[in-house]
Formats: sequence, structure tokens, C-alpha cells
Amino acid sequence: MSKVIIKNLSYQYPLGDENALEDISLKINKGDFLGIVGPNKAGKSTLCKSLVGLVPHFYNGDFSGEILIDDLNTKNHSISQISLKVGLVFQNPFNQISGAKLTVYDEVAFGLENIGLPREKMIERIDYYLKLMDIYDQRASNPFEISGGQMQRLAIASIMAREPDVFVLDEPTSQLDPQGSKEVFNAIHKLSQKDLTVIIVSQKMERLAKYTDNILLLNQGRVIDYDKKEKIFARDDLEELGVRPPIYTEIARKMNLKNDKSYYPINRKKLTDLVVKKYGQNFSK
Amino acid sequence: MAKISVNDLFFHYNKGTPVLKNINLKLNNSSTAIIGQNGAGKTTLVKLLKSLLKPIAGNIYINELNTKEHSAASLASEIGLVFQNPSDQIFNNNVLEEVKFGPLNLDYDKAKAEELAVESIQRVGMEDMIDENPYDLSLSERKLVTIASILAMDPEIIIFDEPTIGQDYENIKLIKNIIKNEVKDGKLVLTINHDMDFVAELFDRIIVMNRGEVLADGPAEKVFSKRKILEKAHLEPPSVQKLSNDLGIEKTFLTKKDFINYFNSL
Repeated sequence: MSKVIIKNLSYQYPLGDENALEDISLKINKGDFLGIVGPNKAGKSTLCKSLVGLVPHFYNGDFSGEILIDDLNTKNHSISQISLKVGLVFQNPFNQISGAKLTVYDEVAFGLENIGLPREKMIERIDYYLKLMDIYDQRASNPFEISGGQMQRLAIASIMAREPDVFVLDEPTSQLDPQGSKEVFNAIHKLSQKDLTVIIVSQKMERLAKYTDNILLLNQGRVIDYDKKEKIFARDDLEELGVRPPIYTEIARKMNLKNDKSYYPINRKKLTDLVVKKYGQNFSK
Repeated sequence: MAKISVNDLFFHYNKGTPVLKNINLKLNNSSTAIIGQNGAGKTTLVKLLKSLLKPIAGNIYINELNTKEHSAASLASEIGLVFQNPSDQIFNNNVLEEVKFGPLNLDYDKAKAEELAVESIQRVGMEDMIDENPYDLSLSERKLVTIASILAMDPEIIIFDEPTIGQDYENIKLIKNIIKNEVKDGKLVLTINHDMDFVAELFDRIIVMNRGEVLADGPAEKVFSKRKILEKAHLEPPSVQKLSNDLGIEKTFLTKKDFINYFNSL
């Protein structure tokens, strides 16, 4: 069954001179791990904001079509109602941290107080997600005095702790070093194994190639393609559409190395296998 | 004489928690990337170079000027820093004013300052947004504004702290070209960057930092071949190097092109 259904969604910001989203229709299944790619102004962030109801409830503007999360129509429900089902992590963690709480621990608790969890359950969850995001040791620190990377992990932990069904992340690892980014993707991947539906915007193509199931390719507010990641990354026109393919796919294309299904490999392991297959072990070491 | 000379540098924000420990560097014209984990001390080091912070011990010389004796403003024509977070840098409510601010402070007359500003705004492809309020722009556009602000002052040394964060494919190409042109013009270009593929493609010299110390310093192909050191600094080699490691090729590749050429020449 589809978890998220988007029907003919078009949207224009109040001061915009063109639609930020243009007739978007798609279905996302429960438990899917979806990556959204596209150049600036493709509508990636706007789509994220509309999934949690910020568009149109907070931003106003011209909104048509609809978004259903299970049977909840975002148009007819408030942001706080939608946020029980959908969690959104912003690109810039500064925008996410409440500013109302003095410690990392209380910041995560803040989001849980609103859902009325029993105290014990709350403590259990806070500990779990702080550890999962590797900021448990910073739990007594001020949220604004930790590093950008830690702040980003705190923002993710705060939303995760609310255990939404649909987890939307807009470039959640932009401030993180490769190690931190890998850990965050691993943690999200782990959660996605448990029925959580994940929708993530990222410019980190190698990570998307590794973790996601499907890719949604946007350009100028429109859906260009929505398919299995292997198919999307095999497109010859990705660069023209403002998207860099994963580096291993790019290399494979230039070396004309395709797999049995005539897709280019999207990760290192698969590319290595194809190189060995074509060149044997004969290249000099 | 070195453009930047760092001698026996120590720094901390709070006593007892050293951030930089005994750093010694000489930097001339080769484009240089500083790499290392979050918290390694990279941004602190470039803030010291820019004279926004002063050494606790040791000295930093920018074109032979000691940063202890010269303010960041007085060094503005020598060294420019593009901040990681554009909001730390931007304060005007109009793109042109923001970019013009630097040249005006370098005592260019209004017409010349405007000319330099417009030219830099064009270099970052933002001429259509010249009258916008930077705070109405997206994060990636704001970053381009901060790059233009520094370019407009035409400093001899230019530091890019994470220039590619949040940038899309087209903008990354644009930033690459800007860096290449600055290098070609004889500028000393420094960057802090987590994207090893970007670093390997563009920068000749690599400085690896870990917990406030310099762990390795040398030409890119040498540093990226040191697997143990990279591991110690919690860094991964560039993608093509990982590929050649997997294939057991004992050669350091820095770019896709190097890798592809190697196989084409077999």
C-alpha cells in the first residue's frame, strides 16, 4: 500500500513569479527509501516542505492538487497534526533547534513533551536516539555551543525521537565530514528497515546510490523521472539536467562498462567487478 | 619569502583544551587543501591566518606581516576568507552593497569599487540577483555572494572554507573554475574541504590535520597514497584511489581521468 500519494500538486510561493512545483504526481510505498535529486530551483526543498504541511499552511501561496499521508490529506490538517506522522529535518540545523532549551538532552525532550509520552518512555527514547546519532556524550551541552555537525545530528535525533512514519530530510549531512555523513546515512538506513518511509534530498550521489531504493529526479519544479536508482543513474542526460551521476557510474560510462541488464554500475564494488571482467587480472600492478 | 609562514603555533579557546598544537607551515603558491575530521582545528587555523584570532604562542606571518600586530581589516588586501557559513559573513541588505563593501574599505573610489563588485558578481553568475537582499536568497546563493565579496578585494591569498557545501552540480563547476583561475593568476588558494574527489582534482598540496596537529603535508599523490595516515585522521582517499586499492593497483590516481587513461593505455 502506498504511504504517500501526491496528486497533481502545483504550488507557487506568494512572491514567486513561477510555480515552484508543477503538476507533481507520484506514489511512495511504505518502507521505501527515496532519494530526491535535481539542481537548485528544482523544487526539492519545496516538496519536502509540502510533505509536512509547511506548504501551504505556513508559507501560504497558490496550492493545488493534494498530498495524502495514509488517509490524511495535508490540505485539511494543521502542521502539528501532520507532524505526528511526518518529520522534517531542515538543511540548516540552526533553523531546527528550538532555542528554548539549554541542553541537548532537553532539546530532544522538547519535541516529545508535545506528544504526551509517559516519562519513562521519553527517557528511553531520548537516550536511544542520542546514542544512535552519537551525541549522547554532549547531552549536557548547550545546543548552540556544539559543532555544526553535532547540531545537525541533534536536529535529526529530535525529529527521529518523535518516531514519525515518514521521515523527510533536506540535505541532512551537508555540514558533516565524510565519517559523520556515513554514520547518519547508516542510522537512517537502519531505521528504514523497520517500516519507516524515508525521503531524502542530497547532493551526495555516492551515498544515495548506496542507500536508497528509488530516485526522484526533479528539474524546474517538474518530475523528470522516478524509478529504481540504477535506471535513473544510467540516464545519459543527467548532467544536462543539472545532476552529477555517482563517480563510479561516470567512470563506467566513459569506459563503456555495463552490467548484464545493460545498466552502468552505481557503486565501487560493481564497477570493480566489471573492470576485472573486462581486463582480467592482466593490468600491471 | 613565504606568503604564509606559521611558526610554533599554539592555540586554545579554553585553557586546558588545546585546539592547535605546535603547527609549523610555509605556504607559497601551490594550491593547498587542509583536510581532516570535524573538530581537527582546520577552521580555527584559517581564522588565525586571517587574523580573526591571535596565537596563544608562536607567530603567523602573512606576507611578512605578523598577525599579532595587524588586524583582519588591515590584512584584507593580503588575505581573504570565504566563511563556511555565509550568515557569518553577510551583513548588508543588498547584494551589490555587500560585495562593494570590501573594495570601498580598501580605499577604492566609488566607481572603481562598483566596477570590481559587478565584475565579481558576474564571475559567480549572480548578475540577475544584484539588487536582491542576500537574506532572501538560498543558502547556496548566499555562499556565492560571499565568494564574490572576497574576489572583489582581489587578495593575494584566498581561503575557501567548505565552498561546495549545498552547491549543485552547475555551481560546483563554477566554483572549480573560479579556483582554477585564481591559481592561474598566481594567487595562493587554500581550502578546507571534506570532498576528497574535489580536493584531489584541484589541489596540489594536501595538509592532513588531526586533533590540532599536522599529520601529513605534501603533494596530493603522495599524501593520498598514505593509507595508514588517512585512517588515523578518519579520512577516506578519493573515490578513484579507493577503486585502485580494490583492484590492487599500486599507483595513486587523483582523478577519474587518470584512472580511465590508465586503462585506455593498456
